[in-house]
Amino acid sequence: MANVTLRSVRKTYPGGFEAIKGVDVDVGDGQFCVLVGPSGCGKSTLLRMVAGLETITGGEIDIGGRVVNQVEPADRDIAMVFQNYALYPHMSVYNNMAYGLRNRGMAEAEIRTRVEEAARVLELSPMLERKPRQLSGGQRQRVAMGRAIVRQPKVFLFDEPLSNLDAKLRIAMRVEIRKLQRRLNTTSIYVTHDQLEAMTLADILVVMNGGQVEQIGNPLDIYQKPATTFVASFIGAPPMNLMPLRSDELTSQIAGADGAGIVGIRPEDFVITGETASGGVALGLTVEAIEHVGAETFVYGSRRREEQGVAANPGELPPGEVIVRVPGTTGPAIGERIRAVAPRDKLHLFTADGRKRVGP
Amino acid sequence: MVEEEGFQRYLAHAILWIGIAIVAFPVYLAIVASTQDNAVIANGQMSLLPGGHFLETYYQTLFVGTSGSTREPVLNMMLNSLIMALLIAVGKIAISIISAYAIVYFRFPFRMAIFWTIFITLMLPVEVRIYPTYKIVADLHLLDSYAGLSLPLIASATATLLFRQFFMTVPDELLEASRIDGAGPFRFFWDTLLPLSRTNMAALFVILFILGWNQYLWPLLITTRDDMQTIQVGIRKMITTTDALTEWPVVMATALLAMLPPVFVVVVMQKLFVRGLVETEK
Repeated sequence: MANVTLRSVRKTYPGGFEAIKGVDVDVGDGQFCVLVGPSGCGKSTLLRMVAGLETITGGEIDIGGRVVNQVEPADRDIAMVFQNYALYPHMSVYNNMAYGLRNRGMAEAEIRTRVEEAARVLELSPMLERKPRQLSGGQRQRVAMGRAIVRQPKVFLFDEPLSNLDAKLRIAMRVEIRKLQRRLNTTSIYVTHDQLEAMTLADILVVMNGGQVEQIGNPLDIYQKPATTFVASFIGAPPMNLMPLRSDELTSQIAGADGAGIVGIRPEDFVITGETASGGVALGLTVEAIEHVGAETFVYGSRRREEQGVAANPGELPPGEVIVRVPGTTGPAIGERIRAVAPRDKLHLFTADGRKRVGP
Repeated sequence: MVEEEGFQRYLAHAILWIGIAIVAFPVYLAIVASTQDNAVIANGQMSLLPGGHFLETYYQTLFVGTSGSTREPVLNMMLNSLIMALLIAVGKIAISIISAYAIVYFRFPFRMAIFWTIFITLMLPVEVRIYPTYKIVADLHLLDSYAGLSLPLIASATATLLFRQFFMTVPDELLEASRIDGAGPFRFFWDTLLPLSRTNMAALFVILFILGWNQYLWPLLITTRDDMQTIQVGIRKMITTTDALTEWPVVMATALLAMLPPVFVVVVMQKLFVRGLVETEK
């Protein structure tokens, strides 16, 4: 059991490229920390630095009160689950799990107890003598987990462990991982680019972009109060609608928007109605497309040219398009003119460069 | 697969059979010749059917040798060839797998320079550097020894390249997982890389064993004593006699015996050999 503390951690490659530009994160004992961000944001690099697979060019990484900058991966008391599992292809499931323990000189009887216990938990007991290639993707994933568990390390590190699984299995394993982590109460750091995985797993969510931390916090806090437009559009699917406060129509509707340049509204915070919410925002939209998902319906509407939004971050809405979430299957028809209204307390205001949240 | 029809199909088979006959007939002839009386062969009246001297000829070949030319039992020659071929094959694999490991997994000064130096030796087979190599081996007093026979042939660029290519296909995560599992460089090599290279080593062994077995020029140069003679050199010496009749049955028997070990190695290791050449294990 241990805390993991990163203090202004930096990674500069010999060519001068700065992959990590000073990251401060504090993961408490037994907490599940998820690093999330688009590909190339440095989240995997950061994890590999914690593991000791990448050198640290600045700052300190502290595991359980010990600075580990110069400590070999094997001596950091961590276990890692890789994206492609990295199982030893020539070893049986049993030996895959036992290998790390044998290298530490553990007695064979103790190894057997630990491996059998892990296999029981992960439902791998009938497969201990098989080779990895005789297993399905989900089973291999569990062996990789088992290899981490038997070590009983201070920290688990997960590098996108579910991204090679199909959608259904991914959800099942996500729940498994969470349950297992709760039960073992081992500090964990988990890297993913899937914001849904991040939201559901994390005690602490770290949203990264371009080698920097955009926001750290409880997932729901981040969802409800994104600190930047990047976080606002990255967390939540479909993404938050971001619109510049250029046109008079929008600004005049919003009270107390001093210093704000962009307004963000989540699709579910709109209501399609005929009335005007005082202090809120009302948008006139032409319905362009409708997506029925079953429990809810997404309405894609376009605004008049002078009300068009900005696309400041990748994955964001095209300019002028607004997504409205309607519960159930009832919704307007394509081509219809609708009025989408959002109340004042559901608005997210940001400075014009999108780097700072304005107001509550 | 496209099924050819009628005539075309028979034609294809006929061509294949002709090909087989062309390859197999000399071998058959050697078998027949090794069972006949030398006088008959010398008269040019050799029959195409096996004669009655099989046991006699092979006993003489294996344990006595020719009565005129070399007088060295072929069994001894085969033993020499076997030791040389094994030393070359095992030595080459051992040295090239280690050097490939160093080149792929370690960062050291002049790494690429060393790699290219190894690569360039591809252009310098024994035949090209034969005089300096002979001089070195002679100065080291290795003439007429197994070390002299095999050492100069062991350093191998091809095998190093092959292992390098294979190691580069091994996912980095395996190394990283090993590091986290507490395996140092030696353990990673021994516990993970070597077992994964098994099929590659088998394929190389087959190729290198045959290469070593078939060496002619180098053994011819550095062995002078009859009891260090290899079989390839021995066959040649049996034929070059000016004042005596070449003992053709013995020569043919020797030629056939010389073919056996490579055939044996290929047959035994065929499965691994093919896998090593085609399959990349996942």
